[in-house]
Amino acid sequence: MTALDTAPPGQAPPVTTPRPRGRRPRVAPFVGIAVAALIAEIVPRTGVIADGVLPPLSSVVAELVSEAGEATLWQALGRTLRTWAIGLTAAVVAGVAAGLLIGLVPVLRAVTASTVEFLRPIPSVALIPAVILIFGTDFESGVVLIVYAGFWQVLVQVLYGIQDVDPVTYDTARSYRFGLRARVLHVVWPTTLPFVFTGIRLAASVALVLAITGELVIGTPGIGQLISVAQSSGATTRMFALVLLTGLLGTLVNVGFRYAERAALGWHPSVRRSENAR
Amino acid sequence: MTEMVTVKGLNKVYESTGRRVEAIGDITFAVARGEFACIVGPSGAGKTTLLKCLAGLLAPTAGEVRIDGTPVTGPPPGMAVVFQEYGRSLFPWKTVRQNIDLPLRQKKLPRDRREKLVTESLAAVGLADAGDSYSWQLSGGMQQRVAIARAIAYEPQVLLMDEPFAAVDAQTRADLEDLVRSLWRSLGITTLFVTHDIDEAVYLGERVLVLSASPTHVLDDVRIGLPADRDQVTSRSTPEFAALRARVHRGIQDAKAGRRGTGAAA
Repeated sequence: MTALDTAPPGQAPPVTTPRPRGRRPRVAPFVGIAVAALIAEIVPRTGVIADGVLPPLSSVVAELVSEAGEATLWQALGRTLRTWAIGLTAAVVAGVAAGLLIGLVPVLRAVTASTVEFLRPIPSVALIPAVILIFGTDFESGVVLIVYAGFWQVLVQVLYGIQDVDPVTYDTARSYRFGLRARVLHVVWPTTLPFVFTGIRLAASVALVLAITGELVIGTPGIGQLISVAQSSGATTRMFALVLLTGLLGTLVNVGFRYAERAALGWHPSVRRSENAR
Repeated sequence: MTEMVTVKGLNKVYESTGRRVEAIGDITFAVARGEFACIVGPSGAGKTTLLKCLAGLLAPTAGEVRIDGTPVTGPPPGMAVVFQEYGRSLFPWKTVRQNIDLPLRQKKLPRDRREKLVTESLAAVGLADAGDSYSWQLSGGMQQRVAIARAIAYEPQVLLMDEPFAAVDAQTRADLEDLVRSLWRSLGITTLFVTHDIDEAVYLGERVLVLSASPTHVLDDVRIGLPADRDQVTSRSTPEFAALRARVHRGIQDAKAGRRGTGAAA
């Protein structure tokens, strides 16, 4: 074997290394969006559903554009995002730390398994009254809800990730006398990282839902509160404009984290496109 | 010649609820410093269990393993293991160079020394230009070369190889056999090579240990008197090779049939 460093020139693999997506323009998603927009435009005009209450999409978009010129909207958006970001960060840090500890210590894992399975399915929304009692109606309440919900998402993913550590990889590290720190740093953590990203993505969506829910129900200043005010004052178009904004926000969050995931996990089989993967 | 690897009365029993499986019955052997010994046995003979006990990855139920006189209680210093599953043994999140460098960093070697070892070992396995690739960008044979480079860069006293070429194609396998043989001749590392392939064992080793079926013991200890310079074509077609091959083969057949070694165990 002499030609070692490159693949034989005869066979041209379709894509060897991760590179920018294909040049072919991707039409399908835009068709979907166009159809949905068309329905959102036409259905309200026919008056089939709740005559006069549903504004057509064009006026909702126009309202959103004009709202964008006002400081109130940006302030509210900033507050919602602050709650979201603080809660999400705390949830991820706590989830990763607890996950690593529980996952690496078999005794802890055995002891906590039943508790985790009990606490995890409690919907955070059900905790709102309790949270108000304990933390009041400031934005901290929203943060607490987010931390509670996001923590489990991250924790469970980290536990899955640690279970996924390949025994051969681990034995390799052991045979080369990697200490505990090196094993966690170079074997456990890289294996767990894709799971952590999944956890963060799930937690980010849940956190946004809860940030808005908290504002809607508790009345903490933010987009949720604006929606609530718009609804009670009969400003339907404004209300839908805000709803549309939350939708955009959610999409942006999801796309952003997917992008970060691809950037950080270039080596991972789900990201790389290697002809050797077989 | 002093003993480098000493195995005395090794026994391994796997116990789970209600089941008791004796993987290794009673294994005793010794490998001299600088020797190349192949361990061959029928499938299910507990070859991997034996190797894991040697590597300190698995605690034996009874008996002991000594490396250079020191009892093995965990992965011993000065030992490198090359696993069959090269794809899972290399760290996919590290480049080839980083894969080789990482164990050296655990040894706390200075940076320039590490760089020298990485470069030299890559050159020794014929992958001087592949250092910045990720292992999964390489072919299977090349990945196993990286694993071998990692092992020799570690400068071990003992090199353990667990069926390292079982998952590569025949041509690559012949190349890798010659590579391992030439590395052994130039570096003189005590090498234990586990395989189920009789031809491979005879071709590579200075000595072949034949294991019985489970519960395992050593059936035969064959000294391979072939010349040190070996060649895939000529060495394999000599009458000496055929005779040695036949002897080991008969031992394996006996082992499969459950007969105990008679003539050989002297």
